[in-house]
Amino acid sequence: MTEVLEVSGLKTHFFTHAGVVKAVDGVDFTVSKGEVMGLVGESGSGKSITGFSILGLIEPPGRIVDGSIRFNGDEIANAPEERLKTLRGNRISMIFQDPMMTLNPVLRVDTQMIEAILAHENVSRQTAWERSRDALGLVGIPSPEERLQAYPHQLSGGMRQRVAIATAFLNQPDLIIADEPTTALDVTIQAQIIHEAQKLTKRTGTAMIWITHDLAVVAGLADRISVMYAGRIVEQGGIDDVIDRPLHPYTVGLLGSVPTANRRGQRLFQIEGMTPNMLALPEGCAFGPRCQALTAACSKRPPIKDVDGRSLRCFNPQRTKETTL
Amino acid sequence: MTVFVIRRLLQAMLVVFLMSVIVFFGVNIVGDPVYMLVSPDADQADIEAAIRRLGLDRPIWEQYWLFLKGAAQGDLGDSFVFGEPALKLILHHMPATMELAFSALFLAIVIGIPLGLYAGLYPDSPLSKGVMAGSILGFSLPTFWVGLMLIMLFAVELRWVPATGRGDIGSFLGIHSSLFTLDGLSHIFLPALNLALLKISLAIRLTRAGVREAMGQDYVKYARAKGLSTRRIILVHVMKNIMIPVVTVMGLEFGSLIGFSVVTESIFAWPGMGKLLIDAILQLDRPVVVAYLMIIVLFFVLINLIVDILYSILDPRVRLQDQGA
Amino acid sequence: MTDTVTDHSLTTAKSPKVETPFQRFRAEFFESRIATAALGIFLIIVLLAILAPWITPQNPYDLGQVSVMDGRLPPGSEAFDGYTMWLGSDGSGRDLYSAILYGLRISLTVGLASGVIALLIGMAIGLVAAYAGGRTEAFIMRIVDLQLSFPASLVALMMVAALGKGVDKIILALVIAQWAYYARTVRATALVERGKEYVEAAQCLGISRSRIVFRHILPNCMAPLIVVGTVQTASAISLEATLSFLGVGLPQTEPSIGVLIANGFEYMLSGRYWISVFPGVALLMTVVSINLVGDHLRDVLNPRLKR
Repeated sequence: MTEVLEVSGLKTHFFTHAGVVKAVDGVDFTVSKGEVMGLVGESGSGKSITGFSILGLIEPPGRIVDGSIRFNGDEIANAPEERLKTLRGNRISMIFQDPMMTLNPVLRVDTQMIEAILAHENVSRQTAWERSRDALGLVGIPSPEERLQAYPHQLSGGMRQRVAIATAFLNQPDLIIADEPTTALDVTIQAQIIHEAQKLTKRTGTAMIWITHDLAVVAGLADRISVMYAGRIVEQGGIDDVIDRPLHPYTVGLLGSVPTANRRGQRLFQIEGMTPNMLALPEGCAFGPRCQALTAACSKRPPIKDVDGRSLRCFNPQRTKETTL
Repeated sequence: MTVFVIRRLLQAMLVVFLMSVIVFFGVNIVGDPVYMLVSPDADQADIEAAIRRLGLDRPIWEQYWLFLKGAAQGDLGDSFVFGEPALKLILHHMPATMELAFSALFLAIVIGIPLGLYAGLYPDSPLSKGVMAGSILGFSLPTFWVGLMLIMLFAVELRWVPATGRGDIGSFLGIHSSLFTLDGLSHIFLPALNLALLKISLAIRLTRAGVREAMGQDYVKYARAKGLSTRRIILVHVMKNIMIPVVTVMGLEFGSLIGFSVVTESIFAWPGMGKLLIDAILQLDRPVVVAYLMIIVLFFVLINLIVDILYSILDPRVRLQDQGA
Repeated sequence: MTDTVTDHSLTTAKSPKVETPFQRFRAEFFESRIATAALGIFLIIVLLAILAPWITPQNPYDLGQVSVMDGRLPPGSEAFDGYTMWLGSDGSGRDLYSAILYGLRISLTVGLASGVIALLIGMAIGLVAAYAGGRTEAFIMRIVDLQLSFPASLVALMMVAALGKGVDKIILALVIAQWAYYARTVRATALVERGKEYVEAAQCLGISRSRIVFRHILPNCMAPLIVVGTVQTASAISLEATLSFLGVGLPQTEPSIGVLIANGFEYMLSGRYWISVFPGVALLMTVVSINLVGDHLRDVLNPRLKR
């Protein structure tokens, strides 16, 4: 498999008045052609910042301070803005969380789709319009000609997210970063959107990073999964391995707190404590204060180890019985 | 839409009627114009004749009824001083005021919006800080004082433009205005700038606040993620959004420009309605005062109505509500 | 805890000793050098105005002390009586420095009096609206909105056109032009407070409406009222000057700063700038210093606006 994206040692820090927030602090992963990688974590774990870092959309006081982002072999971390502009929306597209907020409320759908094509290709408006229409058709929007005329507020949330997905695929990118694209939607719509996205990636061979806090979404969609906690990836591996036999106590906790049908009547597991204060992380393992398997070794920062064919940041892998999700 | 306009028109008529009561009784309760209009050595008979001629001997309710009846036929009474219909006097002075107000609005827009845009995009640059300090001054300085300073600097010291009066009047497409002659333009420059000052400050603040808010919105980040040029993001995505509040407020401010022109016209001896009003107040020329105030009220009500309609045209979200209603 | 204006427990938790809200406010206010300087200038202006009879070389309105011989002297000239007229003299021979300080007394009196009266009336009406609710509130707010759709300067002009000249009349005109701003401020706070869950909870517990108005809405609108009050007072002073300049405000017998500027206007075109310019500078310093203080007060008192 060819690697589309190769991120290694990525550090994105925010230099605020209160101190340095290490939102992303040493993240490594790769995404291959046609592969869907699920990036999972609580809010504030740095998963969205990772996505924005790849596109070079980190704004002051934030900055990529270290690490490398290789896209199709080229280094693009801290690349010049002009270079990044040719990639954004063209080779790497992004889908945002809230379709209510991301489509410009005062511009028509056609304007917002056509401009995405014209920014990268020298084609006629007519051609761009036709491609936009076809793209809307592909994501299952009925009578796309009419929808192109609409303003965002005239469409439902699901419709808007379909428009965003269609826009992301317009220029046949090599990679799509989807930042919690279904979080703001109803569950039934969620399933449809996931289905459309899956169908399109299969068809075009586009690689995808699907950022979410919802393990259930990733389970049915991703090929591989990376679990993030406090700016670092704590566990990474094939989707079945991780979901069925989580090793990191945090992953175990996350899976345990997903309500599923076959554990009816049992109390839901909850991870104790609160999401960490990014300004005052503990010296050793960031998950330490909430961990049930805490040992003396955990006062040091756990390195990445290869365990059972996946990478793991933990001194005490949990070899529990198989979970079902 | 029609229902909306009709309802607003009815409301407007009610406001105009209420204001007519307040203005008429307010103005007619104080002062006694007769003594200003008859010669000091006139005897009692002369004075009584004058009172009868002017209708001042009747009860105030009757005077108001007569005023209302006349007003319905477009007759707001005759000026005590000029002996001419008050409405005719005001309409005669109106073009000069309108020309001044439009010029000021134009200056406010072409100076205020670009400066506000700059200050919003680069809030930390020294120029932006200077612009903002200037706009605080623009809000604080009394208009008449700035007018005096403008006269002193440009007319007395530098002798670039004339200090007072309205210049030659030219004709273009059947419209008569001093804006069409060089002499006229040189005369209008100072008063228009003076009148515009407050609105320039307002335009700067509104635009800056709008730009700063819009730049933080998801749709701007999304537009960047699509790889659009900065130019297109600012001129299309940001400007289109902030123009809605800016146009609304600037439109509403047009009424206050006409109101404020009272001060500017007095300083620059500009022969408009405002100067007419001050002269009328000083001479207790009640019909002219009442007529001016009625016209102004009508103006405000009309401007509010027009701005509301304009707003619904500019903002697609408002338009939908109208169609639904 | 819910009775305090803002919740200080979070912001002050880190500091070792407990600060009172006032101490915190004072510390934050004096952080800005510009605002501190502006407050200082304003206090000096007020002091000069109060002390005017004791620190000026002449009483400009005592005809025995004014000599026409001294008319239109440029700044720095020596007066007939031997003292130096540092700011020159006006058309009728009054020392401008003295005239400005006496003028400030009148301008500040009008501005502060109308500001305070408008604040009290506007606040009372706003509270009545908040207390009564329903139709009364809708009716009051309708009037407020109607009035606010006209600029204050125009309302004040209408009022002086109706009322005539004089200190009492101009104060009345300014109060009528400005009360609505205060009423709107109170009502805005009332809306925010009533939307909060604790008010609903309080209502469910049967706590009286007057308690909600006086214990929750009133304390919460003090901060915005102070801010609106400073800005409106500055605008009242400036408005009075404008009206007086136009000849429809204060009469010649009560020469505020605006009257002085108007008197100097006729001499301006002949190059005798000082008669208008110096009173103008005094007015400017007063208005700008109040506005700068108000601007900063808004930042300090309203945590939401802090950047």
